[in-house]
Amino acid sequence: MLTHHRRSQLTALAFLAPLAAYLAAFYAYPLYRNLDLSLRDYTVRSFVAGDAPFSGWDNFRTVLDDPSFAPAMRHTMVFTFASIAVQYAAGLALAVFFNRRFPLAPTLRALFLVPWLLPLIVSASTWSWMFNSESGVVNYALHMVGVDPVGWLTSPHWALTSVVIANIWIGIPFNLVILYSGLQNIPAELYEAAALDGANAWQQFRRITFPLLRPVSAITLLLGLVYTLKVFDLIWIMTKGGPGDSSSTLATWSYQLGFGTLLPKFGPGAAVGNILIVIALAFGLLHVRVQRRQES
Amino acid sequence: MKSRTGRRRHTVLGVALTALMLFPVYWMLNVSLTPQRNMRKSPPDLFPLHPTFEGYRAVLNDQLPYLGTSLLIGLGTVALTLVLAAPAGYSLAKLRPPGAGPLSLALLVAQMIPGIVMAMGFYGFFLDLGLLNSWWGLIIADSTIAVPFGVMIFAAFMSGIPGELISAARIDGAGTWRIFRSVVLPVSRNAIVTVSLFGFLWAWSDFVFANTLDGGGDMRPITLGIYHYIGNNNQEWNAIMATAVVASVPATVLLVLAQRYVAAGVTAGAVKD
Repeated sequence: MLTHHRRSQLTALAFLAPLAAYLAAFYAYPLYRNLDLSLRDYTVRSFVAGDAPFSGWDNFRTVLDDPSFAPAMRHTMVFTFASIAVQYAAGLALAVFFNRRFPLAPTLRALFLVPWLLPLIVSASTWSWMFNSESGVVNYALHMVGVDPVGWLTSPHWALTSVVIANIWIGIPFNLVILYSGLQNIPAELYEAAALDGANAWQQFRRITFPLLRPVSAITLLLGLVYTLKVFDLIWIMTKGGPGDSSSTLATWSYQLGFGTLLPKFGPGAAVGNILIVIALAFGLLHVRVQRRQES
Repeated sequence: MKSRTGRRRHTVLGVALTALMLFPVYWMLNVSLTPQRNMRKSPPDLFPLHPTFEGYRAVLNDQLPYLGTSLLIGLGTVALTLVLAAPAGYSLAKLRPPGAGPLSLALLVAQMIPGIVMAMGFYGFFLDLGLLNSWWGLIIADSTIAVPFGVMIFAAFMSGIPGELISAARIDGAGTWRIFRSVVLPVSRNAIVTVSLFGFLWAWSDFVFANTLDGGGDMRPITLGIYHYIGNNNQEWNAIMATAVVASVPATVLLVLAQRYVAAGVTAGAVKD
């Protein structure tokens, strides 16, 4: 006979079993395939036949020596940090703004979610047309204030900026929602006391809001970091990493290598993907640690 | 105390900021209604004064099968996600399974893996299984975006269900499965709605998996419908933008009907409750 404890443990595991099998088959195994891909010398033929020779770190060495590596790495960092810095600043300003209760505030706050909910291909193609050099509305607006047209997506100097702008637009809602919910946990009495002491709005923000929001800010920034590192769709649809490799990131370069050409380089593509995973996980585990420390 | 004019000034500023933020959405609508001959006019028409529906007619002619496929894939993803995530969430929340800690960490980490890497891993795997270019393969791939999130939402929600409710059912002689089905699931409606909503939206919006795993299939989702419109060097931007408008309908409907669930979903992953 099973003891009562054993039986309840088995029941608990039975409820988890489908998930465990699923994670093994559709998370662990694809990741293993990807790792295997990055450690073998694949061609299209051996990819299908599955008999590619083991080549150790060769693919990683190829990738690190590739002249495309440094730009892709640099663009990934610029894209990520520029995006989250502006998203966070704008999201925080908007959260504080919407926290002052005024007519229509809940409705307007809900409308701010729209960019985040739209399919990325919708946002990306809309921004592509807005950034069109000849007929885009952005250049028209610049023309109105006397600025010469900019080749947003066609000039190597501007392509990365363009995708960063579009990405900031998409990410502001996420920052707004999380920071706003963080603001709800700051007791109103603190502000009332500060107001009695004669603190103005800016002082209240600096002395109360910002310090007390620090834990939520840390979580928001780290989550934003992890999410932004892996952005692929937006850049691929808007510029394909181009012109040249002026807006390529690790994600687009990895895809470019594996699927973007007629002669796929699966091994190096997978190697770039695995480098991206390591970076994402490093920040991801930092996020987990920060969150755990806040909960204890 | 805040004065009435001060609050009204806030509303005016709020409306202005929202209008600025939503300008691209407005522009998408405007372009979708612009006749082709005016598309490259300078200055562009800021309002659809002479609206045309030729873009939407193109959607009806070209994109309906894509929309149907996306609907199918979205609903399939939701079903698969719920079936996997709800029991697992219950187990983590109430049944104290061995290994709960490492599993929770694995779920958290799983959400941080770039989709592009998963797509590459799936490609070889699906090639072996003959799942490339199939809609059910895409359901499996798309569900990987939603399942870890779903388990965490269910676990967080179900740990809030009072223990008395469950022990009362146990005293009445119900087994764990009965309790899960007849007590836990009915009171977890909010979690079910949140998970379904995001599962559907993510599957509907997916581009990476679709483009990698279903690029040559007979049944392709709407994201590829739009992508091919652009890729074919199509200059009919009213048709592209009309498709984009139609593809945005689920997001809009969900925002209008289920706004509080959306906000709950966004914050669930980030802020402890």
